[in-house]
Amino acid sequence: MKFRTLKRHFNEGAKNIWRNGWMTVASVGAVTTTLVLVGAFLALMFNLNQIATNIEKDVEIKALVDLTADDAEIEVIESEINKISEISSVTFSSKEVELANLIESMGEEGNSWELFEQDNPLNDAYIIKTTDPLDTLAVAEQLEGIANIQEVNYGKDVVQNLFRFNELARNIGLGLIIGLIFTAIFLISNTIKITILARKREIGIMKLVGATNGFIRWPFFVEGLLLGVLGSIIPIVVIVSGYLYLINNVSALTQFTFIELLPFNPFAWQLSLIILSIGATIGVWGSVMSVRKFLKV
Amino acid sequence: MIEMQSVYKTYPNGVTALNGIDVTIEQGEFVYVVGPSGAGKSTFIKLIFREEKPSKGSIIINNKDVPKMKWKDVPYLRRDIGVVYQDFKLLPKMTIYENVAFALEVIEETPKNIRKRVMEVLDLVGLKNKARFIPDELSGGEQQRVAIARAIVNHPKLLIADEPTGNLDPDTSWEIMKILEEVNASGTTVIMATHSKEIVNTVKKRVIAIEGGLIARDEHRGEYGYEI
Repeated sequence: MKFRTLKRHFNEGAKNIWRNGWMTVASVGAVTTTLVLVGAFLALMFNLNQIATNIEKDVEIKALVDLTADDAEIEVIESEINKISEISSVTFSSKEVELANLIESMGEEGNSWELFEQDNPLNDAYIIKTTDPLDTLAVAEQLEGIANIQEVNYGKDVVQNLFRFNELARNIGLGLIIGLIFTAIFLISNTIKITILARKREIGIMKLVGATNGFIRWPFFVEGLLLGVLGSIIPIVVIVSGYLYLINNVSALTQFTFIELLPFNPFAWQLSLIILSIGATIGVWGSVMSVRKFLKV
Repeated sequence: MIEMQSVYKTYPNGVTALNGIDVTIEQGEFVYVVGPSGAGKSTFIKLIFREEKPSKGSIIINNKDVPKMKWKDVPYLRRDIGVVYQDFKLLPKMTIYENVAFALEVIEETPKNIRKRVMEVLDLVGLKNKARFIPDELSGGEQQRVAIARAIVNHPKLLIADEPTGNLDPDTSWEIMKILEEVNASGTTVIMATHSKEIVNTVKKRVIAIEGGLIARDEHRGEYGYEI
């Protein structure tokens, strides 16, 4: 295909937007409605996921070393721990450090614990983080198997429930998004199909004049692309301004909790890009799919 | 230029339209195809530009074997053949200019040549001043002239007209005939299916009469021969 023909196809596709008048409005409307919903769900999903990840990241395992273990045995423990492949970091925290942390966390009342500095009742400990937080349980079990480990702490019940909740939340969110996108594609291809039915005759005429399938398809491709892009303008404006409002008003309330929304920049722009590409894709898809069956003339 | 040998056509619904057609048409001829309704005229014409495929037999056009042609080659066959229909088949949302230019855009002509050539043929059919109109704003005769302009704009070797005057009043019909004769005079083969006794008997050309799916008559400077 020559460049001037490509130019012609873009011109023609853009002209079709005008030529189809109200049908264009209907198609753009369908894209707009669904993209607003998809966009809102995407924003919710990404933030839920972010919160879940934040919480999961904080999960750590503390393995307490037997009080009776000597230096050689501690070294054995360390090499055993390092053999576990799912681990991302291991920090040794001596009983002196543990006591200091404890005193600090108690604040004013901690002072009374300073008495123990002479005869420290605490254990040396290893603080372990896993690469994938979901491996926490398996890693904890392996740690319990190591000799001279007195106790493994990771808040078992809390972690299990948290993970179960996070997984459920992610799956439900994903299911909703997929459902919405399919609804969108159905709506749009239906709307475009109506406009194309009206053009069935035109496509037949073009073929009789000697147009190849590609020549006929290109302007439809461009038209679908433009419909999708036009349809994503309002959703992007709504989502971006809505998110800005949310950030400005909710952040203050959640400042001291573990809930932390994704920062406006770059998240809002990334989300806009996603909405734009979903819009363009369903526009092109709907348009090209519905022209296909009229081409065999 | 056109060679048909024992061509048969039976439609999927069982109707037999052609029952063994043998015909040769040379470059530059003007041929009327006449015959009663349902005799196979339209099928005969549709076989030439592969709107239909024969059930049996061979069709060679411009040295191309039409029935054996692949789908993707069909557009290139049609570019050598201009077709004018009784119902015009213009693109309703495009202007007259755009309709005629379409046939040239398809063959990827330069915009400069497209502009020049389109205005040339619109001038030939006398519609230069209506280039910016859409088909619905034109009369039937004018729309038929646009269809002819589109059919000849890319200098096809063959022009096929399927009852081009079928919907038009006598005066307009004569105008259309005049244009077709001009096109033929420039070397283009013209095949015209018609029911107009007056035209066939006045403008004498070769006449092929199709009856019951067979060629009943093939005469140079022939008569219409039916009473309607």
